[in-house]
Amino acid sequence: MSDDPIIEVRNLTKRYAGNTAVDDLTFSVGRGEIVGFLGPNGAGKSTTMRILGCYMPATSGTARVAGFDVFTEADEVRQRIGYMPESNPLHLDMRVREYLKFRARLKGLGFRRSRLRVNLVMQQTGLTDVSRKIIGHLSKGYRQRVGLADALVHEPELIILDEPTIGLDPHQVRSVRQLIKDLARHRTVLLSTHILSEVEMTCNRVLILNQGRILADDKTAHLQNIMSNGSQVVAEIAAPAAELRACWEQTGEIEYFNIAPAEGEYYRCSLTPRAGLDLRPLVFEQVRLRGWTLRELSRTQHSLEDIFVHVTRPDREEEGS
Amino acid sequence: MQAYFTLVRRELGTFFVSMTGYAIIASVLLLLGFSFYDMIYKLNGGASDAPLTEMFFSTFYFWLILLLTAPVITMRSFAFEKMSGTYETLMTTPVGDWQVVLAKFTGTLLFYILTWLPLLACIAVVRYFAREPTIFDLSTTGGAFLGIVLIGSLYMSLGCFASALTRSQIIAAMNSFVLGLGLFLLSLRQLMPAPPSDWVAQAFAYISLSAHMEDFARGFIDTRHVVFYLSLTAFFLFLTLKVVESRRWK
Repeated sequence: MSDDPIIEVRNLTKRYAGNTAVDDLTFSVGRGEIVGFLGPNGAGKSTTMRILGCYMPATSGTARVAGFDVFTEADEVRQRIGYMPESNPLHLDMRVREYLKFRARLKGLGFRRSRLRVNLVMQQTGLTDVSRKIIGHLSKGYRQRVGLADALVHEPELIILDEPTIGLDPHQVRSVRQLIKDLARHRTVLLSTHILSEVEMTCNRVLILNQGRILADDKTAHLQNIMSNGSQVVAEIAAPAAELRACWEQTGEIEYFNIAPAEGEYYRCSLTPRAGLDLRPLVFEQVRLRGWTLRELSRTQHSLEDIFVHVTRPDREEEGS
Repeated sequence: MQAYFTLVRRELGTFFVSMTGYAIIASVLLLLGFSFYDMIYKLNGGASDAPLTEMFFSTFYFWLILLLTAPVITMRSFAFEKMSGTYETLMTTPVGDWQVVLAKFTGTLLFYILTWLPLLACIAVVRYFAREPTIFDLSTTGGAFLGIVLIGSLYMSLGCFASALTRSQIIAAMNSFVLGLGLFLLSLRQLMPAPPSDWVAQAFAYISLSAHMEDFARGFIDTRHVVFYLSLTAFFLFLTLKVVESRRWK
């Protein structure tokens, strides 16, 4: 049972009048993962999350959470997820403890258990000091914590957070991210964002969405790896240009290169490898063999930002992920 | 069931954590005060055979209170939650749509009943000074209150329906006011052209709210009226449920 994926989405499509928000999405999320939905605004992140949260149905396709269908077994699904919508709506006229208790009771927790759980999640999210304050008087960072506490209060197996750090100041962003990381130790978290560094920092897997389709689905580290392995190596070498050119032309691993004169007798070589290769040892070996002088050898480290721009470029769209 | 009671409590609570509830109670009290004054004035003019409650319902104050407060009480129920987005958090908890609808309706109805309680005090005052026990007997007062609750439940369900249709509280209030006023105007036959046939006149008599209220105020509890109000309430609650469910049809 625990090996089953917690989220299983197959050919999910959602059409609104005239446009397609989610287009034939298929993915699954295993237990214990922190998955980031990454995509520009209007990519279909919120729509997918709303469908998973049983707020609205899909036009076609199926989505199952913990083995339950989100449309036909909505109540079972709702009991197993903690869902925080975009912009984190709260009852601003209620006090923090009162609100969390109300939500816990609504989610079917018993009287004693709801009190225990509310105290616990307030501790986890650092709300104990403000438990008697009216939510409307709290800062945005605290409100976000209230939203998180609400999502956690019934011990869900899966937490869905739609843009959890939007509109917070950098300090609050950091603390909310840390909170999510801490919470994720025992749970599965699905969060959406259009901030790339957030995914890099908090998630161990990323799904990049654009125009309702998945463009990339991989481990965060792996994606970065692929990109950096496939990325250019820049070497500044003091050698005759012709010799350099001949050398790179002979090397089969280099797909494409460019030599530009730098200051003095140095030349700046930009070398693009065939897929998945790290060219640095090779370049060093050549330099050593031929007795050239090497001044700089570096590989452009791609951040997710590059990956993102790379995969969401319009000309890549047809290729898919 | 637990979710239902939690929601009812929350719904009632919204009236008291903001000024809305107190403002509604205050304005109802003011209108009740006017009608009380009116009643006392009439009583001073001479003895009357009619029970006190009937005198009260024969004034336009009752209808004014009903038609004005019903939209204000109910306009918040769905529209505000939709506007603030808490509707989404509510609908992603394991609570059935019908539980939400019933809880909203019950909450507004309870608050509505609460606003009418001062009427009891008015009747008690008259009874105390009139030293006339017949003026305040249980059957007429009970009948009148049953009427108030039944007609209130119809107007609350109407208001919940109007509120579920929109995100704007103002539009919700306007819609439920117009629907409620329309329903009431049907009972003012003077405004209508003469009924073309007998059965039309009968139909109008059947749906005449003011005629129903007259019966209730006299202490008659006619099952036809009870069925009329309960079925219409159920009908509007059913419509509200369908509106709530409609987000799944798109």
